[in-house]
Amino acid sequence: MSVLVEKADLSLKYIAHYNKVKETLFEGSPDVLNAQRKKAFQDFVMQGIPTNKNEKYKYTNLHPHFLPNFSFIHQKEAQKTDPNAIFHCDVPQLDSYVKTTTNGWFNESKTEGDLPEGVILESLEKMMKEQPGLVEKYYAKIAKSDTDAMVALNTAFAKDGYFLYVPKNVVCEQPIQLINFLEAPKDSFVTQRNLVVLEQGADVKLILCDHTLNLNRYLCNAVTEIFVGENANLDYYTLQNQHNRTANISSVFVQQERDSVVTSHTSSFHGGLIRNNMEFVLNGENTEANVFGMAFLDKKQHVDNFTQIIHKKPNGRSNQVYKNVLDNEATGAFSGLIHVVRDAQNTNAFQQNNNLLLSDTATMQTKPQLIIDADDVKCSHGATVGQIDEEALFYLRARGINEDKARLMMMNAFMHEVVRKISVEALRDRIDELVERRLNGEVAKCHECAYQCEV
Amino acid sequence: MERKVAMEEQNKLLNDVTQADYKYGFVTDIETDIIEKGLNEDIIRLISKKKGEPEFMLNFRLEAFKKWEKMEMPDWAYLKIPPIDLQSISYYAAPKKQPKYESLDEVDPELLDTFNKLGIPVEEQKHLAGVAVDVVMDSVSVKTTFKETLAEKGIIFCSFSEAVKEHPELVKKYLGKAVPVSDNYFAALNSAVFSDGSFCYIPKGVRCPMELSTYFRINAANTGQFERTLIVADDDSYVSYLEGCTAPMRDENQLHAAVVEIITMDRAEVKYSTVQNWYPGNKEGVGGIYNFVTKRGVCRGVSSKISWTQVETGSAITWKYPSCILLGDNSVGEFNSVALTNNFQQADTGSKMIHIGKNTKSTIISKGISAGRSDNSYRGLVKVMPGAKNSRNFSQCDSLLLNDTCGAHTFPYIDVRNKSSVVEHEATTSKIGEDQIFYCNQRGIDTETAIGMIVNGYAKEVLNKLPMEFAVEAQKLLQLSLEGSVG
Amino acid sequence: MLLYSSFERVGEAFLKRATIMLKIKNLYASVDGQEILKGINLEIKPGEVHAIMGPNGSGKSTLANVLAGKQEYEVTAGEVTFLGENLLDKAPETRAKDGLFLSFQYPVEIPGVPMANFIKTAVNEHRVHRGEKELTAGQFLKLMREKMELVEMKTKLTNRSVNEGFSGGEKKKNEIFQMAMLEPKLAILDETDSGLDIDALRTVANGVNALKSPETSSIVITHYQRLLDYIVPDFVHILYHGKIVKTAGKELALELEEKGYDWIKSEKGN
Repeated sequence: MSVLVEKADLSLKYIAHYNKVKETLFEGSPDVLNAQRKKAFQDFVMQGIPTNKNEKYKYTNLHPHFLPNFSFIHQKEAQKTDPNAIFHCDVPQLDSYVKTTTNGWFNESKTEGDLPEGVILESLEKMMKEQPGLVEKYYAKIAKSDTDAMVALNTAFAKDGYFLYVPKNVVCEQPIQLINFLEAPKDSFVTQRNLVVLEQGADVKLILCDHTLNLNRYLCNAVTEIFVGENANLDYYTLQNQHNRTANISSVFVQQERDSVVTSHTSSFHGGLIRNNMEFVLNGENTEANVFGMAFLDKKQHVDNFTQIIHKKPNGRSNQVYKNVLDNEATGAFSGLIHVVRDAQNTNAFQQNNNLLLSDTATMQTKPQLIIDADDVKCSHGATVGQIDEEALFYLRARGINEDKARLMMMNAFMHEVVRKISVEALRDRIDELVERRLNGEVAKCHECAYQCEV
Repeated sequence: MERKVAMEEQNKLLNDVTQADYKYGFVTDIETDIIEKGLNEDIIRLISKKKGEPEFMLNFRLEAFKKWEKMEMPDWAYLKIPPIDLQSISYYAAPKKQPKYESLDEVDPELLDTFNKLGIPVEEQKHLAGVAVDVVMDSVSVKTTFKETLAEKGIIFCSFSEAVKEHPELVKKYLGKAVPVSDNYFAALNSAVFSDGSFCYIPKGVRCPMELSTYFRINAANTGQFERTLIVADDDSYVSYLEGCTAPMRDENQLHAAVVEIITMDRAEVKYSTVQNWYPGNKEGVGGIYNFVTKRGVCRGVSSKISWTQVETGSAITWKYPSCILLGDNSVGEFNSVALTNNFQQADTGSKMIHIGKNTKSTIISKGISAGRSDNSYRGLVKVMPGAKNSRNFSQCDSLLLNDTCGAHTFPYIDVRNKSSVVEHEATTSKIGEDQIFYCNQRGIDTETAIGMIVNGYAKEVLNKLPMEFAVEAQKLLQLSLEGSVG
Repeated sequence: MLLYSSFERVGEAFLKRATIMLKIKNLYASVDGQEILKGINLEIKPGEVHAIMGPNGSGKSTLANVLAGKQEYEVTAGEVTFLGENLLDKAPETRAKDGLFLSFQYPVEIPGVPMANFIKTAVNEHRVHRGEKELTAGQFLKLMREKMELVEMKTKLTNRSVNEGFSGGEKKKNEIFQMAMLEPKLAILDETDSGLDIDALRTVANGVNALKSPETSSIVITHYQRLLDYIVPDFVHILYHGKIVKTAGKELALELEEKGYDWIKSEKGN
């Protein structure tokens, strides 16, 4: 009973906080944001923080992560340090156009190079004020607060994030990189809201890196809405490398129009709790969605990849591959859904989740699902939980490779199937290297971070 | 062209046969001994009293009822379940049904046609259609003959009520041990109000010399709405148990909530096969049985084995997950299923395999076939506990769609908690192969027959697990259940 | 008088049947809106062997599938009569039972359907269609043994599913075995030689020849001359861009073997 009270109290705590800071939230915020805020808050009150009883959160208990007494960052703070000064991206040969955010706020900074004409990469708040017409028709259209409590909470607290706009038929040759930092003087609750719009025929590669820059505890609740126009092409890479005191809840909603192709690729190297929601709606004919992910989990980390691919129109293709390596007391979860709506004929949908357990105290829970309401489809899914193939291991050892090395080779090979899906060569090489070092135990700590924050 | 018309006519005819038969003659008056409708503690006490049960049974029922009162009807399945008014049911009725007809000549010929298509022997047809069975085939005498053979081996096989009276120590020891009273809403309801069922005990070292089938089939048409089965196989014993019947089952009760419990001791093996063909409702989706069944086996002893094989073609709603708890080291669980849904039928079925002992193995083979406007879901859980070292599971769940108005869904849950176990799950969904149908057509085989052949081929892996004579009937049943499903 | 004239009519019909087995008149067909056959004309009499040759994509397999009644192929114009009756109106299984057999280029695998059961069903459907009694299990097994010998089929069919796990050669032999079982009036062999080694080719050809009679005809679709060394055609047709562009005796096949198809292409323009 006391647990129940505590759980109710926990949602109440966030509800009370909203009421306390309501004026600050509305004040100075663009109308587009404020227009959704009240309803979103009500939606959150109705739903509360999801518990394990919620089928979508069956494998992830959010409650301990909402317990700390977080401070909130509802107003933009003057940047104390230039992130670029203490951090540089060390992906060799990656020639990208870089912008950063801190605690969910977009940093105005000078960036080398230029974006193609008409391409906008800016603060969402700023763009909402300057060009509300451009943003309004997309904001909060596919991230629904009435069915998703985390979206509701995000929309209620949303102030800023990044906005990327690629006009019709513009091809960005140079990848765009966005580095999201968490760096606050106290344990903090961070809300980030992003919006990506690709007009017809646009083509862009977006690389997102999530990092923590100090030892404080964080809960980051990010929501990204992505609209992909006809015949547009988006590559969406995410590298998650945060410390073990961070809970990162990221919800990405993608709506694809006909003939478009989206490839998303999530590499989770580190984090206390990582929850990635990926919802794809294939809203036009002949669309393609590729959704890949991999995670390395040790200590008491938890990674939960939650995907939904909804085939609404005929001739669509989707392909999901998620792989996890789990050690120590880590817990992993995968929940993937392929939903083929009636009349979405000639759909090809494939889903695969493979997991390696390296210790007896690690746990993997997986739930691949198919909901098929059309008949002319080819849908399949597979899930495995197991170990390295002992026969293959023996084969390698029989050729004179020592066991540790052989194991490493096998794990590398296991992960490589996902790594090789990355089309940006410099990034692929870098991730390959990171995988190897991660498996080797060399990067047991946040490798990029100046702080020795391992806990 | 001409042939097509003829075929359509034939389809229609067959359709009428398979669908319409339920309308005839099945309104059976339950004559005597009905207690008032509704469910409360007094009713439970009354049921127990009328059955003359010992106190432990009453306590079992009351405990279940208390738990049930606090429970809610599950809503997690991929089913649209119309509201069921549990207070409008009478929970005790002595099943004294009188024969409806004097001879088979009075029975609707179309129904008999269906029976013949299924190859059901004449005597059994009479029984199923509600014709008075002649003296030689009287189920009492059949029962006696079987009982003698079984008694020689020390096998106990009797009605549940009889077991409660004659073997209370065995019932007390094992009842509710595989399916606890509070397991789920329907199991709790069954535990509180179950009318009767079967009890089977195979002593140490005994292989049951016959498949416990014929007896049961004869008996099946009279089993109640809340049926309870308990099978206990002692060390080194073996039994193959058959439930159900390929013939369309008549029943006035809309809700069915049965419980089956199996317990196997060291090195014992139980094979449990089911063919379920309850009334599925008409072509418009009106009527039909709601079938909410809890079936679970516990492999309590080392190296013991439980295998479930089911062919599900009937019922408007099927909610059923025959499961194995693999407690003993080296124990083995199997689930083999063919579920076919047509018209407006809904099925949410699958299995649970809980690995607790070391070196435990489980296999799940599920073949779903959807036709008409039906929804057919596989739902399963494979859980490997930390102590279940070196365990192994393989699951294969395939779905076949026969048209674009039906649905096929797959919801597996996998939970692994040690590093030495391997769990694999595979699932595919596909349409019936147009090229396969054409190939058969080109050899002179019509589309209807071709689809029947292909579907049977698709389900073969599972049908092969059925006892021989059951398998033959099941094949015919699949073919029959599909008739008229091809547009 | 009345009697006489009706006899005469029957006799006429018989004569007509006897003289023309298959008549294709100005046949146009398309797949997915793309026109493949563009006005085929062909007449086949009982006892004749016709070879149809032509480069890839010329429409050979399409013709075979249209005749067998595959759904994806839409006949947009033209007529086909088989034994004096309109073929195109009939369901594929009716065509088969009337005596039209297609040996598939790529026989499909049907998992779980035992070969014996499959062919028994087919044979009995044919028999019922002809007003004959179904075969008993014993008669059927005897027939199956005979025909398997004929095509030197060593594969144990009883335990195997239709074409499942068969090698390329076994699949083709299986087609000829089925043909032997069903005794068609017109056999269409669609690239039956592809993927066969020389021994298998000889076996298949021997099987086909053994089934030849003055009442039966065949259409042999092939790329290469080598099959025609064993199954000697009465006519060779070259199919190109959906039309029969050349017809001659068996010597045409040799000419093609020597010169390839390029001369046809240049002769006909692209």
